[in-house]
Amino acid sequence: MVLIDLSAAIEMAFCSDPGQVRPLNEDSVLVNQKLGLAVLADGMGGYNAGEVASGMATTVVGSELAHQFDTRAPGDLLESGQVWARQALIDVVARTNAAIYQAAQSQSQYTGMGTTLVAAQFYDDHLAVAHIGDSRLYRLRGEELKQLTRDHSLLQEQIDNGMLTSEQARFSLNKNLVTRALGVEPTADVELNEYDVLPGDVYLLCSDGLNDMMEDEEIALTLSTLSVNLPLCAMQLVQQANDNGGRDNVSVILVKIKEAFPAPHGSHGAGWWRRVQSWFG
Amino acid sequence: MAKLILSMDNLVLKEIPLNKERTTLGRKAHNDIQIDNLAVSGEHAVIVSILNDSFLEDLNSTNGTFVNGQQIKKHFLQNNDVIELGKYRLKYINEAAQSATQADFEKTMVLRPDMLRKANEPAAAKPAGGAVPAVMAPPIQTAPAAVPAAPALPFGAIQILTGSNIGRRLELTKSLTTLGKPGVQVAVIARRPIGYFLTHVEGARYPLVNGMAIHTQAHELKDHDVLELAGVKMEFSLKA
Repeated sequence: MVLIDLSAAIEMAFCSDPGQVRPLNEDSVLVNQKLGLAVLADGMGGYNAGEVASGMATTVVGSELAHQFDTRAPGDLLESGQVWARQALIDVVARTNAAIYQAAQSQSQYTGMGTTLVAAQFYDDHLAVAHIGDSRLYRLRGEELKQLTRDHSLLQEQIDNGMLTSEQARFSLNKNLVTRALGVEPTADVELNEYDVLPGDVYLLCSDGLNDMMEDEEIALTLSTLSVNLPLCAMQLVQQANDNGGRDNVSVILVKIKEAFPAPHGSHGAGWWRRVQSWFG
Repeated sequence: MAKLILSMDNLVLKEIPLNKERTTLGRKAHNDIQIDNLAVSGEHAVIVSILNDSFLEDLNSTNGTFVNGQQIKKHFLQNNDVIELGKYRLKYINEAAQSATQADFEKTMVLRPDMLRKANEPAAAKPAGGAVPAVMAPPIQTAPAAVPAAPALPFGAIQILTGSNIGRRLELTKSLTTLGKPGVQVAVIARRPIGYFLTHVEGARYPLVNGMAIHTQAHELKDHDVLELAGVKMEFSLKA
């Protein structure tokens, strides 16, 4: 039973490229417009192991979530008061971690592989985002570009504890050391956040190959200039990263909110429940 | 591994590898780098090394710590920085910044909790055999190439030839400049290191260049090309 179809309200586009230096593309992307799901992973590990890890991450998260939402809409409220989308993301990412970890443990060529992950699930005028590592989610709302995820990286920790300013961080030699990743430990420390979503918002999921090569102002300019043509916008971002050197794989997923998408009336959705709550608020 | 080259009056005295998490500098004997000079405080400064990065911190010394002529309290050391303590000079050399190849650049790796400690133990610089998974190998990375120099491409401009804005000139200094009417016909000119490119963005009709409609792909603009979109003609030019 299909409970949701967000393809009228949400448009998605993506582009993934090995860049100018690397022979392999170890990034993976997955979009499911109907479900309102976007997943991006940046794999690491020797030979093609990084590719395997990121591919497993996007595939498993994509198929497992689709399965989870087959019988229960992502906006449904659980007895615990949690939204199903959030709980489902937590469960599915944990299972994905276990699957990658298992593969890494059981096959020697995959030893030590891992991947970052950023997964955005849109539901009921909201967004639940799960992330681990240094792949990012940005939001352009009006003129303002905001980074919604905080990197799990050594550099971010150094910025947080005042050792480095974000300006100095650009010159660090410890770039791209992630402090958390999927598939490297039996359990993964995934971060989950929820945000409200407004029509006109543009969301960008990207691997570090984009944000290491482009200033936020350039990203904002490209998003605001070209979001009317989303596939072109995605290609343009990748091209700009490559024009600036393309030293890493570069992948982007763009999500444009064309109209509001409240959970349907009559379902036991969170939207319905929130409205009831607001009467008594 | 990063190192310091200690010198006085341009005479090199010794090389000191930064192989500890904390390397102390001062006049007293217990310092890792002892500088027996009255201008140097007992505990003058400390260098904290984290993997490939090193940070210099002045420990409230009497005469201060200077890097490249500037007094500092805390400083993120960059390759070839010169630290001055009294008459002594310590040049900071970071081999990771010099020797690593392009391919190592920005290869994402997982930092395990035990890695920071190991990276600062001399023995861990070369992990033994196959016991250590690949992702745990201490990373070698290059310094980011200096922000790419402004490309040699001359700046372009658009001069409006017809319509109500006739004569107006638009400098193409941004990476993207949009032209046309939103909702009707819009095109974008991208400034790239290799030239200026016109791309159709929205609308049923594609822009014309010298009277010919461009295709879906980006179209490279040449000096004095005449563009037409949303009923307005304009000329593209490149400054010599």
